[in-house]
Amino acid sequence: MGVDNLGMGKPSDLVQGTLDLLILKTIALEPMHGWAVAKRIQQVSGEVLQVQQGSLYPALHRLEQQGWIRAKWQESETGRQAKFYSLTAAGRKQMESESANWSRLSAAINLIVSEA
Amino acid sequence: MRWLQSIPIKLRMLFMRREAGSRLDDELQFHLDREIAENIAAGMTPPDARSAALRLFGNPALLRDQARANWSWSACESLLRDVRIGCRTLLRSPGFTMIAVLVMALGIGANVALFTVVRSVLLKPLPYTDPARLVILYERSAPNLPQFNPVAPRSFFDWQQTLTGVEQLALVSPFQTYNVSAEAGRLPERIDAGWCSWNFISILGVRPSLGRTFTAADDQPGAQSTVLLTHTFWKRRYASDPAIVGKTVWLDARPYTVIGVLPSWFVYSGAFGGNKIQVWTPFNHEAPPALLNTYEDHEAIVAARLKPGATLDSVLSRLSAAQAQSKKDHPGPAVNGFVNGRSMLDDAVHDYRTPLYALLAATACVLLIACMNVAGLMVARSATRAHEMAIRTALGGGRLRLVRERFVETGLIALSAGIIGIAFAWAAVLFLTRVRPDMNRIESIRIDAGVIVFTVAGIAACAVFSGLISAMSSNSRQLLSALQESSRTTRGSSQRTTLRSILLVIELGLTVVLLSGAGLLLKSYQRMRATDLGIPIDNTLTLNLTLPPARYKENAKQALFFEQLISRVRALPGVQSAGLVTVAPGQGWGGDSLADIVERPLRPDDFVDMHMRGADPGFFAAAHIPLLRGRIFTPDEKFARGTVALISQTAAKQLFPNHDPIGSHLRFNYSHQTFEVVGVVADTRWTLSEPPKPTLYMPLYGSDYSGATIFVRSPHNVESLAMPIESIVGQLDPDLPVSDVMTLRDTIGKSTLDSAFDSLLVLGFAVIALVLAAAGLYGVLAYLVTQRTGEIGIRMALGAPRTQVLRLMLVDGLRPALLGLVVGLAASLAVGRLIASMLYNTSPYDSGILAAVAATLLVVAGAACILPAWRASHIDPMQALRTE
Repeated sequence: MGVDNLGMGKPSDLVQGTLDLLILKTIALEPMHGWAVAKRIQQVSGEVLQVQQGSLYPALHRLEQQGWIRAKWQESETGRQAKFYSLTAAGRKQMESESANWSRLSAAINLIVSEA
Repeated sequence: MRWLQSIPIKLRMLFMRREAGSRLDDELQFHLDREIAENIAAGMTPPDARSAALRLFGNPALLRDQARANWSWSACESLLRDVRIGCRTLLRSPGFTMIAVLVMALGIGANVALFTVVRSVLLKPLPYTDPARLVILYERSAPNLPQFNPVAPRSFFDWQQTLTGVEQLALVSPFQTYNVSAEAGRLPERIDAGWCSWNFISILGVRPSLGRTFTAADDQPGAQSTVLLTHTFWKRRYASDPAIVGKTVWLDARPYTVIGVLPSWFVYSGAFGGNKIQVWTPFNHEAPPALLNTYEDHEAIVAARLKPGATLDSVLSRLSAAQAQSKKDHPGPAVNGFVNGRSMLDDAVHDYRTPLYALLAATACVLLIACMNVAGLMVARSATRAHEMAIRTALGGGRLRLVRERFVETGLIALSAGIIGIAFAWAAVLFLTRVRPDMNRIESIRIDAGVIVFTVAGIAACAVFSGLISAMSSNSRQLLSALQESSRTTRGSSQRTTLRSILLVIELGLTVVLLSGAGLLLKSYQRMRATDLGIPIDNTLTLNLTLPPARYKENAKQALFFEQLISRVRALPGVQSAGLVTVAPGQGWGGDSLADIVERPLRPDDFVDMHMRGADPGFFAAAHIPLLRGRIFTPDEKFARGTVALISQTAAKQLFPNHDPIGSHLRFNYSHQTFEVVGVVADTRWTLSEPPKPTLYMPLYGSDYSGATIFVRSPHNVESLAMPIESIVGQLDPDLPVSDVMTLRDTIGKSTLDSAFDSLLVLGFAVIALVLAAAGLYGVLAYLVTQRTGEIGIRMALGAPRTQVLRLMLVDGLRPALLGLVVGLAASLAVGRLIASMLYNTSPYDSGILAAVAATLLVVAGAACILPAWRASHIDPMQALRTE
């Protein structure tokens, strides 16, 4: 049970923004390709968040078009060529501000939701 | 900063899109392969691993599309794709596309051409400095009459005094002529000229391209003769001689010094002519002294530049007071007591407003019909593509997407139509300027940026209008029934038919309006052409010449010349009869004067305004003007004995309603001449569109007239006499030019030129509209028959006779025609009175024309409907029922 699949239908703005934040945060550690990003998010969230390809790749491409991340084709760990994404300077700043926003937002929601 | 970094990726997406696409495929494939590898590592068999991974992966095509949707330029990409699909669809049915494009191109082209003319002639301000401040001032005889009468010079001088230092005024007489002498190998010619005050050119703000304009010193009666040349004259006669300033030109056998040349764009256009003026000379220097001193000879108009802040009305009220005072001080019957004025632009284009706007409205109607036809054709096509659309909708195509495709298709049609239309418009504008050289401001007609903007807007409007109509016809809710494709149950098709029928009714209504307009204009033109000048016009030739007073100082010398001329002309082989007259019938105003009866003096207000003509005794026989009473003056009644005259029948009726005019004497107010009436002749018209005016004919020989028209009648081939007559004139005086050589038929053609032009153009539009509407009607009925094949088959199988089926289909087809006719007739009655000013002797509610239009429409509609209806009545019922 309990596997939240992000992006089964059309993502709402909230969900889209959150997915962007997750991707940026994941890529901030080191450059990685799309499959690795999905796997890392799955692992780090304790198998709770599973990003579908239908929302992952559109998000990655959108972030690339907007200039938050940049892409480079290089050899992967299996020896094949893969598209590696990394943060740009602007992307790093965006990630930090979005992180702060998210903390503030989730803290506020938590206050309300945990009113027993 | 960020957008700067995003530029390289945007460029990459623009130019290396295909490469990015294949990279995306690689990226997704990599992901899939890793997924499969992981599954295998987890223990699945390779085929199971693959299917599990694919299940998780989802639809690869959808995935690719979703990723690509986030790329830059994706909107452009999808638009480009729509355009490609649209092109392919249109090219698949080349017949339809060609017809649609041509029809719309015709509509767009005609509209752009007429809009160019309207914009350049009516809307663009005059090309002078601050043209909104320029006005033309006139006199009138009563306070609120819409009269614009020329001004007498002494009134002008009074006005100048009233407005000294406030406004700038100038006299302009744009209907003068000169004989230019032969010199340096150039032939003598007669040219149109203008007299103007010295400050006229500078009031307009025009600077000469060579030399200078007039100064106040040039504009004195005793000054040295000076002349300003226009650019066309300088280029044509003097081959743009750069050293022309200071040279001498001989006008009317007198030497004039050229002081300057006017720029090439300068053409003066006004209500009394001027656009053919070749030279300008100073008014006070050219005018005879008597003219400068009178309130009763109206030979000029007044141009004025208003000071900033002054309005025309304020100036007119000041001048009214001055003019009323003049009338009180000099109470002659020909003195006008009131003033009038209008802007210079209004003066130039007033007569063209109604006809041009009417033509523009006609082209707008044609364009509307064209757009509706295209829309109707697309609606018909969408009916045949209903199946395809239903499948696409079922597969997930959004309604917006399908509608967008319609707009792209109509947009492509409109764009190609626009390009062809502009080419057509350019040719049409050239044609219009060739055919109407008489129109004022024709030199300013050109296709400029404003016209291009109008064209683009027009194209967009056509595309949106047609697209909207055809989009309205598609309805994705009838999906299932469209897929089932049974003609007995599709409800969507009846919606389409209603839409097309509504389109048809509007089209037919517009066509009826155009047809009635054309009918009225044609009737008006025909009435004008059929108007009798009063004399038979076949095989008559007229030639004009003016004897320069400088060479023919005495009246005796003039009379001798004319006598020799006419006797030689009569001796020519081929000349049946010839005569001399100052102005021939149908060739213009020719000067008028107020007449009083000596034996029973009239009140000054009752003086009769008569046309004055000088004629030789042989003229009346040559022109076939019948003598009604009395006798014609004899050849030796000239000079001192020349105080006899003939009057026209209208003059006799007005002046002598109850008496015999023979033997009475008429005295003229301005010249104080007295004539004894010796005979009455029949009326002739001075122009086709006006009733005959009272006319007096005095003996030409010994009169003050220095100009005359040779009137020649010949049994056949009268044009061949022009050269021999001109050489006779050349023998008598080598430096005398002959001008305005034309037959009376040509004269009538020239004076009915604008009426012919308007009526033929509107007729052309009406015919086009009729053809389009008939084609639309045919299409709708043919479609209806196809739709109702099953129903007709059942009817016939149940025993309906063929004629009943025929009647049924005809009624269905004629119903929109009748509706359209009713709507159109109502609209024609409402709109008819707007073109009343273009009609001659024709009422805009002419029942004959309306009946003819109704009959034409019904006949054409019937013809369009007969073929499909006939086909319907010959349907084989077994065949019809079987093709379900």
